[in-house]
Amino acid sequence: MALLSFERKYRVPGGTLVGGNLFDFWVGPFYVGFFGVTTFFFAALGTILIFYGTALEGVWNPWLISIDPPAVEYGLAFAPLREGGLWQLITMCAVCSFVSWLLREVEICNKLGMGYHVPFAFGVAIFAYVTLVIIRPVLMGAWGYAFPYGIFTHLDWVSNVGYQYGNFHYNPAHMIAVTFFFTTSLALALHGALVLSAANPEKGKEMRTPEHEDTFFRDFIGYSIGTLGIHRLGLLLALNAGFWSAVCIVISGTIWFDQWVVWWDWWLQLPWWADIPGGING
Amino acid sequence: MAEYQNIFNQVQVRGQPEMGMVEGVDLASRGRGARFSTLAGWFGNAQLGPIYLGTMGVVSLFSGVVWFTMVGGWYWYQAGFNPAVFLRDLFWFSLDPPSAEWGLRFPPLAEGGYFLIASFFLLVSVLSWWVRSYMRAQALGMGKHVCYAFASAIWLFLVLGLFRPILMGSWSEAVPYGIFSHLDWTNNFSLSYGNLFYNPFHALSIVFLYGSVLLFAMHGATILSVSRFGGDRELEQIADRGTASERAALFWRWTMGFNATMEGIHRWAWWFAILVTLTGGIGILLTGTVVDNWYVWAQLHGYAPLN
Repeated sequence: MALLSFERKYRVPGGTLVGGNLFDFWVGPFYVGFFGVTTFFFAALGTILIFYGTALEGVWNPWLISIDPPAVEYGLAFAPLREGGLWQLITMCAVCSFVSWLLREVEICNKLGMGYHVPFAFGVAIFAYVTLVIIRPVLMGAWGYAFPYGIFTHLDWVSNVGYQYGNFHYNPAHMIAVTFFFTTSLALALHGALVLSAANPEKGKEMRTPEHEDTFFRDFIGYSIGTLGIHRLGLLLALNAGFWSAVCIVISGTIWFDQWVVWWDWWLQLPWWADIPGGING
Repeated sequence: MAEYQNIFNQVQVRGQPEMGMVEGVDLASRGRGARFSTLAGWFGNAQLGPIYLGTMGVVSLFSGVVWFTMVGGWYWYQAGFNPAVFLRDLFWFSLDPPSAEWGLRFPPLAEGGYFLIASFFLLVSVLSWWVRSYMRAQALGMGKHVCYAFASAIWLFLVLGLFRPILMGSWSEAVPYGIFSHLDWTNNFSLSYGNLFYNPFHALSIVFLYGSVLLFAMHGATILSVSRFGGDRELEQIADRGTASERAALFWRWTMGFNATMEGIHRWAWWFAILVTLTGGIGILLTGTVVDNWYVWAQLHGYAPLN
């Protein structure tokens, strides 16, 4: 069951980081491993706690379910379950299951003789999440500064935190992050489209080659980064999107407390043009 | 553990530049020379050029430069023709659309007419570049997937600057040309229509935007990690599956119980990226035309609290 035609010869023992061959087996298509067990444990516990919290709140509309962090008054202390303690436990479960998932990916990489690019990339995503729910709240001195776990409540959090700093678009790290998000999407569209257009040529034509891909992009924009390079570029752009997102929020409320539009004053106040009249800011 | 991880190109082989496939390409419009950049070669191909110019390329570049110069000229005017002020206030300058009382009429130059003329050139530039994306693919006998993907981006562009202003009956609805001013526009747009986060099409657009980043991280990382088996030769792997594809597929199958194929992952990629602007454009088009307040709309439809 669940075995691809070529799969059996790849299902070899070994490559585990922890537990030797104790958990070195598959369940259906899933590899288990020691970290599969810990992932399942923490994910299941976290999910159960979310449902427990939902039951306590009595809100069953999936759009409106929300598990809120403790009030700021609790600082960095543990809160009672109903008053944010659940959020704290669920956060611990989330971090533990994410990290377990990453280490399980490392074990699978080992089994398949692959590089560690995927678990590394996942590590950047975990870093961004940890920045939001642990690093920034700890730096600011209260778990209450983390975001709530709910579909629309977390959007409200983004909205409210953004407006606390005026127009958040003026945050320079946010600018960089958004630029990376859009650029990644552009590059993904171009890469996906290029491969599909070579693999699915005009009617009656034979499948195109990588030389056609290079030629198309050189004709089109004067440069083709190549079949290997595009994956480096895509990974680099995507990881930067996550990294700068983490930066833009962790600096808000820790080293910058004002409206973000005010941050740009340093530029206007550079001594060699601060006093020149005219323009917008003169 | 101390194995080689593919991070950058360690060896750069340099021969004659590749001047490209011929197929149906009019070689008179393609450049004759190409250069090399060692810096680019660490990351991807070292070769720069040749580029194909052609009628559409010339039209597009010309009108693009006209738009750019018109916007820059307006900034220059706003700076009082002082280079120091130009640099100091560069992010603050803005070429704004006409004010609301002009509706869809053509105002005097200084009151938005100049904006409309510049926008016309931008429109011509973008559309001729779009035609170019079709013709370059056609000349090489390739599918038109790049062209259709670009069309999705142009859809959002047209909604913002053409379709929605016409439906709202005023050019003043268009987005200004300025670094900070377009950010202010975005901010005010959300505030004016009751929090755009409650616009379901905005939500979809964001989902596909983040999803695109997630997909490219997953795909880029997967291909790099199987590059020692030739995983970057995707077209060959699509036509004749090798061990790189098999390992890449099994990695995800064993990780999350599901895998794409070497061709299929590019269909996921294409659709995710296309849907960012497709759904985003729908969300913008409905805002102010069909829905005045997204928060109230969300309350009516049961996904925002009533109190």
